[in-house]
Amino acid sequence: MIAIEYYLVLGAALFAVGVYGVLVRRNAVLILMSIELMLQAVNINLLAFSSYLIPRGDTERHLGFIFAIFVITIAAAEVGLALGIVLRIYRNRSSVNVDELNRMKW
Amino acid sequence: MTTVLVFFIILAAMTMIGAIGTVTARNVVHAALFLILSLLAVAGLFVLLLAEFLAIVQVLIYGGAITILLLFALMLTRARETALKLDNNQRVLAFLATGAIFAALTVIFLLSDWPDPIQDPQRPGFTGIAEVLFQQWAIPFEVASLVLLIALIGAIVISRPGPEE
Repeated sequence: MIAIEYYLVLGAALFAVGVYGVLVRRNAVLILMSIELMLQAVNINLLAFSSYLIPRGDTERHLGFIFAIFVITIAAAEVGLALGIVLRIYRNRSSVNVDELNRMKW
Repeated sequence: MTTVLVFFIILAAMTMIGAIGTVTARNVVHAALFLILSLLAVAGLFVLLLAEFLAIVQVLIYGGAITILLLFALMLTRARETALKLDNNQRVLAFLATGAIFAALTVIFLLSDWPDPIQDPQRPGFTGIAEVLFQQWAIPFEVASLVLLIALIGAIVISRPGPEE
């Protein structure tokens, strides 16, 4: 096993790239892709901790794996719902660029 | 250098190339394809972390379902024709902010005193995960299935044409 820091730094880098994408992209679908990258970074960290740290008792056994499974589940639900919203916005406004959706902006 | 380290470096490079391609590509379809590369490399990292089950789930759900869904959304919103300018004008600011996040996280990770890695890590395998998931975490599992069902119904209700259309 290599040191845990490798995985943690990779997770930090992946998360930072995802944040950059969310801040910079205009298209809502591309923003969703960047969010997926951030969730991947979280999953890498969870699995790294799960594999490297000794669990305290039975309640913490494979806890990181369980967390990662739930993260993937919620990500799937989030993408499905968000793409429904994106399609709805496209039908109403003919655009999915988030900086043009300023109707509720004061 | 051990074999694991070599594989880690290859997979990490693929992950980062895919991720950077996703956020910088000039073409939305290329961005989606870079995302697939990144997600598959992460599945490889899951194998290195002794999580074969998660790697399979990753390939099935992310590599298959989610990227195809994103490509469909790009197609249906005609992102290729309408988006001439994919990025807004906050690039420098965003780069500084994310650089700060990365630097802060890296410093914290490297300065922290982690316990030594387990020498013979326990591979949970399918049986181990199933035992924990369906005994100890059975109720959260059911709630997650309910969340998926509600998201499914919500997506249908939201994207269905209304009476005025």
